[in-house]
Amino acid sequence: MPTVGVKRDLLFNALGRTYTDEEFDELCFEFGLELDEITSEKEIISREQGDSKASGASDVILYKIDVPANRYDLLCLEGLVRGLQVFKNKLEAPRYTRVSPTTGEVQRLIITKETAAVRPHAVAAVLRNITFTKERYDSFIELQEKLHQNICRKRSLVAIGTHDLDTISGPFTYTARPPGDISFKPLNQTKEYTATQLMSLYKTDSHLRHYLHIIEDKPVYPIIYDSNGVVLSMPPIINGDHSKISLTTKNVFIECTATDLTKVRTEEDVMLSFLIFFSGFFCKELAYRKEKLSGEFINRKVGISEPTEKIAQLLTRMCLLSQPTGAGDEIEVEIPPTRPDVIHACDIMEDAAVAYGFNNIIRTTPRTYTVANQFPINKLTELLRQDLAAAGFTEALNFALCSQEDIADKLCKKISDTRAVHISNPKTAEFQVARTTLLPGLLKTVAANRKMPLPLKLFEISDVVLKDESKDVGARNSRRFCAVYYNKSPGFEVIHGLLDRTMQLLEVKPAREQGYHIQAADDSTFFPGRCAEIFVHGKSVGRLGVLHPDVIGRFELSMPCSALEMDIEPFL
Amino acid sequence: MDQHCNITKPRIPIMADAGSVEALLQLVEKADGGVDSLDVASRIGVDHQVIVGAVKSLQSLGDVISAEQRSSKHWELTEEGTELAEQGSHEARVFSSIPPEGLPQSELMKLSFGKIGFSKAMSNKWIRVDKSHEGGPRIFTSVESIQDQVREKLLLVQRGAALEEKDKNELKKRKLLAEVTVKSYWITRGSSFSTTLTKQETELTAEMIATGSWKDRKFKPYNFEAMGVAPDCGHLHPLMKVRTQFRQIFLEMGFSEMPTNNFIESSFWNFDSLFQPQQHPARDQHDTFFLSDPALAHDFPQDYLERVKRVHSEGGYGSQGYKYDWKMEEAQKNILRTHTTAVSARMLYKLAQQEKFTPVKYFSIDRVFRNETLDATHLAEFHQIEGVVADYGLTLGDLMGVLHQFFTKLGITKLRFKPAYNPYTEPSMEVFSYHEGLKKWVEVGNSGVFRPEMLLPMGLPEDVSVIAWGLSLERPTMIKYGINNIRELVGHKVNLQMVYDSPICRLDS
Repeated sequence: MPTVGVKRDLLFNALGRTYTDEEFDELCFEFGLELDEITSEKEIISREQGDSKASGASDVILYKIDVPANRYDLLCLEGLVRGLQVFKNKLEAPRYTRVSPTTGEVQRLIITKETAAVRPHAVAAVLRNITFTKERYDSFIELQEKLHQNICRKRSLVAIGTHDLDTISGPFTYTARPPGDISFKPLNQTKEYTATQLMSLYKTDSHLRHYLHIIEDKPVYPIIYDSNGVVLSMPPIINGDHSKISLTTKNVFIECTATDLTKVRTEEDVMLSFLIFFSGFFCKELAYRKEKLSGEFINRKVGISEPTEKIAQLLTRMCLLSQPTGAGDEIEVEIPPTRPDVIHACDIMEDAAVAYGFNNIIRTTPRTYTVANQFPINKLTELLRQDLAAAGFTEALNFALCSQEDIADKLCKKISDTRAVHISNPKTAEFQVARTTLLPGLLKTVAANRKMPLPLKLFEISDVVLKDESKDVGARNSRRFCAVYYNKSPGFEVIHGLLDRTMQLLEVKPAREQGYHIQAADDSTFFPGRCAEIFVHGKSVGRLGVLHPDVIGRFELSMPCSALEMDIEPFL
Repeated sequence: MDQHCNITKPRIPIMADAGSVEALLQLVEKADGGVDSLDVASRIGVDHQVIVGAVKSLQSLGDVISAEQRSSKHWELTEEGTELAEQGSHEARVFSSIPPEGLPQSELMKLSFGKIGFSKAMSNKWIRVDKSHEGGPRIFTSVESIQDQVREKLLLVQRGAALEEKDKNELKKRKLLAEVTVKSYWITRGSSFSTTLTKQETELTAEMIATGSWKDRKFKPYNFEAMGVAPDCGHLHPLMKVRTQFRQIFLEMGFSEMPTNNFIESSFWNFDSLFQPQQHPARDQHDTFFLSDPALAHDFPQDYLERVKRVHSEGGYGSQGYKYDWKMEEAQKNILRTHTTAVSARMLYKLAQQEKFTPVKYFSIDRVFRNETLDATHLAEFHQIEGVVADYGLTLGDLMGVLHQFFTKLGITKLRFKPAYNPYTEPSMEVFSYHEGLKKWVEVGNSGVFRPEMLLPMGLPEDVSVIAWGLSLERPTMIKYGINNIRELVGHKVNLQMVYDSPICRLDS
């Protein structure tokens, strides 16, 4: 969820009144925003860099407001004020129109085929006859940064460049060239660099180095020129110094470049955000759309009974200009281009509910009659857990993800023998695979609790994940029961006794054919001659035994340990 | 208090020597205002510690005697002082060692008391030295007789008499006297004083029950201040105890449990079927765990998949759609499910395949996975609690009503709802409850009405609405059990003592 920081007094000034913090919090809540923090620049610097750095910083009160991820139109002070004023019935929703420039030509951005290899999409717009104040300028720059960090996905998807149109002349060309062939004076530098030199220059830049990887390995780099060969920008890294905007800029040229056709909508959203900022000329058609729906539909879905006229008013307060058509309870709703999130009647219905006030809706109880069922494997698990605790064992709860080492090397097994599913993008080794056995988790729990009095008797009933080609996703969960006994002596008889008790609970008698029995088995996790396989009705369900000293050592334990692990799904 | 003290220390002290107890009681009976235990010891002629033992033993029997501890200071002879009291002072012994014909000084110095006694006798002018005597210096007595005052004073102290301050200090300087603190008891008769004691039993025995002899016996009182012996037992994990309660609540409300035992899910069921666009940030590498093996899912319901593709890319069912190029390869990617709503989607699809729609209420509580940055309250995996109701004509008011009932069962009655955004619900509401401790509204869950673009491609009837809500299991558990770091609760770094000590879980109290 993006956060917008606005100066409180500027905000109140724009809203035409002041609020107490509580009142403003309440207003935000009703509108679907969250007043996240009340702070100041001084406080932020002091918190992040220490008091000494904060002296002299501004102590003007800042409101940090969380904006929902679909509302790019609220990402700046100007957009927020507009939305809230319309919501409070103090302003009519603005209507945006495309205007042609009064003087000069319509600007054009020409995209060449070379860009296909690196960053194939671009759109552009011009904002004309604007006046910056210091605050507006800062807000404009911040909006650009907010967009970069959020919908633009840290510039990997979309990059935005803004330029002083009066320093450059169209038509503009968006192309791509080998880095050695690109040379210009980048923003806030004093001399020209080639693109290759720039990449090494910015390697150490705390801000820009995060974006270098986006084009670094490409044979050609994207570049935008004006008709005189002046470089506007090298997206997504840096703009040229020549066309930089300032407080005195009157006309702004905005370009957006993007990597992926599926993300083109995002570019449009970016443009729309700027549009909210200043009304102005827009290269794309400003599409207002009309929808018709019935008042009854909204009443029925929300659970209210408002007259058609009132519903139209509610929607209008959400910047969706609406009126009854006169045909029954039909309402015509105009969806502005600033609300690309409205794509279905249900989105309109939500806005009506927000304007009505969620907390004004009467809470009702649906008459849905149903009989509850437990999921059988969960029911069995719940019942078994109770009785295993009653048998003196304590329940552990371990992660389903772990390292390859945990399920293989540390258990003296090969990873290729495990049927484990592998994660392609783990941030650390702890998330390399899904566990195929509960044993490592229990042994790690023992290791983390070595200071506790012995014996340690632990169990867990939970799922492991195994590859299984018969499933649509190629893997399935398997519900396991695992227990360990850790003491000065191995205590095989204790773990064996727990198996007997478990079988008693599951109504399986000790018998070779129509019951359960254990029989010697070889398993590298266990001490030779101290491992047995568990058979139920002739089928193997698991193993128990005394752990191999190598396993004990690899889990950083020092005492003998016996363990039991078995499937419980066969007992359903 | 040490909870095991009953194991190491018996509740009733071992009886002291019976003879001294009896003698003590006799003395207490005779003395009207009470007696000092030191006095008792000297009168009976036993060590003071024996009397202390007798006092403690009698105290354990109830109010036979009352004993008040006191301490007193008095002067006592040191070891050297005792020797001198017996054999005389060093100077007196020097004096009596010297024959009339005198003694060579060298001979005198060989005696054990010679050196100190010589100088003291010299300063008392009891003896003299003839340094010019042939054969070396020789000692002669210089008075007829002496009075050994040092010895006399020491004997006085030994008998308990008082000395003058000046004398005490001099003897103390010579390390013959020392001041000692003695702890003793001032013993008086208790309310149930008696000189004849019946033997008290420690425990009831099977034999006493069989013979009925318990009726005639007296039993020593228990020490109820001590803790009992901890039972030898196993324990359930606190998070699982809370999960059990949530299951119970859903079952009480008539919700059936969904089969959530599939951690691996395809992007199709996890995202696409929920109308979550393929470019949504949640589908990024840094938010979701993708699988390298098995990397792709196969075998989708083909006609449903086509409808999902169409609603994303072109719209339909009254929707504009997202208007982008929907890719099969994205949908096929296997992931660790990011929410249990993937299972809800499978269940709703299955429901839509029934010949006739029947209303359902579903719930699940199971693990979900996020490839997120970890901190004190966030792990890469956590438990999601989810509730779903599908029926004809459900309203937003119904969703809030169901949430009210659900949270009331958790002991939360003050709720309010904030508009929110979620790609697959519309409307979406965040649920806040008023926290009396923090004096503010805190988010307790998320909820919404599933979008038609999700439900209609499944084949559910148009007038069926599906309402749903979710919350994490860990957060209410951490609040319930007062845990600040999630690692102390979930995973192998759990503190087992916390597991052993955690109380039962009643969410509404």
